[in-house]
Amino acid sequence: MAEATYRGEALPVGARGRNSVGWWGVLCLIATEASLFAYLLFSYYFMAVQRGAAWSPDPHPTMKLAGPNTIILLLSSGAAWWGEQGAKQGRRGRQLLGLGLAIGLGLVFLIVQGFEWKAKKYSVSSSSYGSLYFTITGFHMAHVVVGLLMLMAVWIWSAMGLFNPRRHAPVSLSALYWHFVDVVWLTVFFSFYLSPYLMW
Amino acid sequence: MSAWEDARVPESARLGSPSLGERLEAIWGDGPGLRGWIASVDHKEIGKRYIVTAFAFLVLGGLEAVAIRAQLAGPDLRLLSPEAYDQLFTMHGVTMIFLYAGPILSGFANFLWPLLLGSRDMAFPRLNALSYWVYIAAGLFMYAGFVVGRGPDDGWFNYVPYASREFDPGINIDIYALGLILLGISTTVGSANFVVTFLRTRCPGMSINRVPILTWGTLTASVGNLLAVPSVSLAFFLLWMDRQFGTHFYDTAQGQPLLWQHLFWMFGHPWVYAIVLPAMGMVSDGLPTFCRRPLVGYTPVALATVTTMALGFGVWVHHMFATGLPSLALSFFSGASIVIVIPSAVAVFAWTATIWTGRPVITTAFLFFAGMIVLFVIGGVSGFMTAAAPLDWQLTDTYFVVAHLHYVLIGINVFPVAGGLYYWFPKITGRMLDERLGRWNFWTMFAGFNIAFLPMHLLGVLGMPRRVYTYPAGMGWSATNLAISLGAVLFAIGVLLLFVNVWLSLRRGAPAGDNPWDAPTLEWATSSPPPAYNFAVIPSVASRHPLWEERLGESEGRSRLDEGLLLDRGRETIGTTPLDAEPDLILEMPADTAAPFILAVGLAILFTGAAGHWWWASGGGVAVIAIALLMWFWPRRVHADEPAEPAHG
Repeated sequence: MAEATYRGEALPVGARGRNSVGWWGVLCLIATEASLFAYLLFSYYFMAVQRGAAWSPDPHPTMKLAGPNTIILLLSSGAAWWGEQGAKQGRRGRQLLGLGLAIGLGLVFLIVQGFEWKAKKYSVSSSSYGSLYFTITGFHMAHVVVGLLMLMAVWIWSAMGLFNPRRHAPVSLSALYWHFVDVVWLTVFFSFYLSPYLMW
Repeated sequence: MSAWEDARVPESARLGSPSLGERLEAIWGDGPGLRGWIASVDHKEIGKRYIVTAFAFLVLGGLEAVAIRAQLAGPDLRLLSPEAYDQLFTMHGVTMIFLYAGPILSGFANFLWPLLLGSRDMAFPRLNALSYWVYIAAGLFMYAGFVVGRGPDDGWFNYVPYASREFDPGINIDIYALGLILLGISTTVGSANFVVTFLRTRCPGMSINRVPILTWGTLTASVGNLLAVPSVSLAFFLLWMDRQFGTHFYDTAQGQPLLWQHLFWMFGHPWVYAIVLPAMGMVSDGLPTFCRRPLVGYTPVALATVTTMALGFGVWVHHMFATGLPSLALSFFSGASIVIVIPSAVAVFAWTATIWTGRPVITTAFLFFAGMIVLFVIGGVSGFMTAAAPLDWQLTDTYFVVAHLHYVLIGINVFPVAGGLYYWFPKITGRMLDERLGRWNFWTMFAGFNIAFLPMHLLGVLGMPRRVYTYPAGMGWSATNLAISLGAVLFAIGVLLLFVNVWLSLRRGAPAGDNPWDAPTLEWATSSPPPAYNFAVIPSVASRHPLWEERLGESEGRSRLDEGLLLDRGRETIGTTPLDAEPDLILEMPADTAAPFILAVGLAILFTGAAGHWWWASGGGVAVIAIALLMWFWPRRVHADEPAEPAHG
C-alpha cells in the first residue's frame, strides 16, 4: 500500500533549519518590523525636510560613543554567526562561546547607549528632534532587548544540550533576528549621525 | 506515540477504512468543555468564531449607522447631541472598517484555506488562535470607552490637531490609539500565518498557478498588511506619546500635523485593498461555480490582484489632495491612482466574460456576486473621478466621497461576503440557506443600498459636507436626505433577513451533502461540515479544478482524492515547496493549548493599564504575557533520546 502516491525520499519530520515554517515566520516578522523602522525613519526625514536646517542640533551629533558602539554591535552579529556555525557542526563549545559573546557585546551596546542617552542635552519632550531621537533609538533598544532575550533562551537550551546538528532551528532563527536588529541599527546610525552632514 | 525519528517516508493509504476516521478524530478533535473550547487551535473553529464576531460588529456598526441616518433624516434635527453624534459616526467607521471588514475576511479565509489547499490546518495554529483572541480583546477595548460615553470622537481617520490633547482632552482618543495598536498585533500575526500557510502547506501538486483565487486575494492582503500595519500602529503610538508624554510629533509649533495624514494613509490605502481583494477572490472562486465553467483569465486575475496591492502603496496622497502639497506630488499620485483602474478592470472583465460565456444558474449567491460587479463598477468610476486632483478639490469632504467609499466597501466587501455565506454556509454547517428567503434578502439589500447611497453622489455635487451633525432647511438637501435615510433602513432590513435566514436554516435547512453546488475545488471534496482533520488522506491535485477534471479534460494527470498521504502519527500534515508544492517536510502540528488565550488576556491587561496610567496593572499584564510565552515556547521532549525542539506556531 505504501508509496502509492509518494515515491520520493524520506522526508524530515518537524523543523530543520531553513526548511522549517518557523524560518518563514521569522522572515515575516522581520518584514513587518523592517517596515516599522522604515516608517520611523520616514518620520525623521519628513520632519527634517519640513523643518529645515535649524531643526537639527548644532553641532551635528557626536560619534564619539555611537561610532565604537556600532562596531561593537557588528562584532556581536559576527559572534552570533560563529556560534550558529558551531551549532551546525555540532561543536557545542563554539556554539556556547559564540552565542555568549554575542550576548555580552549586545549588553555592552545597551550600556553605552544608556550613557549616550544621558549625555544628550535635549529630552523626549523638549523638541520634535528630541522626540524622534529618543523614540527611534528607544524602539531600537527595545528590539535589542528582545533579541538578547531570544539569544539567552537559546544559550540556556544549548547548554542543556537540546540541539544537535540536525535540529537547531531556534539557534538559526534567533541569530537571524539578531542580524536584523544590527542592520536596523546601521540605518538608524546613518540617519542620526551621518545624514546631517549630507543634508546640511 | 512513535519513537523519535528524524526522517521517514510517509505512508500512503486509500480511503475506506472506517477506523482511520476515528483514529484521526482522536488525534485532531477538540477537548471537552469550556477548557477545550478555549484551547482549540482548529482553523475551522477559529474561522467560525471570527465570522460570528465580525457579524456581531457589523450589527453594532449598522445600528450606529441607523442612528446617524435618523439624525440626518431632516434639517435641524436634535435627536442626538453633537457629542453623541461624533462618537457614533466615529465608532461606525472604526467598527465597519477595522472590526468587521477585515476580520470577516479573516474568518472566511481561516475556515477555508486549509480546505482549499488540501491541508489539515494553518501553518501556525496557535498563532491563529492568538489572532482571534487579540482581535476580540481589541474590539471590546475600543467599545469599553463608547459604552461609558467616552468613545473615540474624531472620525476613524482621527486627524490631528483635532485629536491632540489640546482640543480633545478626554480619554476618548487614547482608547482608540491603544485599541488600534492592539488590533494591529492581531492583524499582523494573522497575516504572517496566511503568508507561511500559502508558501508551505499546499497539498502536493498544487503549484502556485493552481491555487484558488481566494488564496491569492488573502495572500496579497496579508503581505500588504505586514508592510502597512506598522504605519498606523506607529501613527497612533506617536499620537499617544504626544497626548500623554508631551512629545512634539504632530503639534503645529514644533512638529508637523501632516505627518499624521501621511502615516495614516500610507497604511489606509493598502488597507482598503486588504479588505476588498480577498472578497474579490471569493467572487472569482464562487461565481464560476454558478456559471458552470472555469473563471475566464485566471492568470490575469491573479496578477491583477497582486498588481493592485503593489500600486496601492503608491496612491496614499490622493487622500491629501486638498492639504496644499506641491503640484508635482499631486500629479504623480493622481496618475498612480488612475492607473489602478487597469488591474481593477481586469477582474471586472474576467467576471463579466465568465457570466457571458457560461450557463449561469441564478442562485442567491450568484445574485450577490453579480450585484457586486455592478456596485464595484459604480464605486470604481467615482474613485477614478476623484483621482483627478481638480475634481477632487471640488468634491473632497462632501457626500460624494461618502457615496464612493460605501459603494467600494459595501459593494466589494459586504455583497461578496453575503454571497460567500450563501455559497459556503452548507460547507460550514452542513445545511443549505433558504433560497426563497435568499431572493428577498438580496433584492432588499440591493434596493436599499442603492436608494441609500446613489443619491449621496448628488448631495456631494450640491455641496453637502460630510461628517456634519445637521444642516439647515432651505439648502435643497432635505428631501434627498430623507430618501437616503429610508434607503438605509431598507438596507438594514435586508441585512436582518440574512441573519433570519441563517437562524432558520441552522434549524431546518436542507442537508447539504459534500458538494451541493457541484463546485470544482477541494473544500467540496470532504464532508459538510468537515471533520476535525479535514481530509483523511492528503489529496494531491493535477489541475485548478480537481472535482471537474473528468468533464473539462484540461489536465494531463488526474488529481487523487481517495488515495494519498496518511500522516497519522500525531498531528501531522505535509509541508511542500513554495512554488511547485512538492513534498519536502512532514509538519508536526501543535496540540491544543490555552497559551494564546492567556497571552491575549495579558496584552489586554497591559493596554488597559496603559490607558488608565495604572502602571502596576501593565506590569501584571507583562507578567501574564511572560507566562504565556513560556508555555508557548517551552521545548517539548517527546521521547527520552530525542533532542527537544522548541515548538513553533
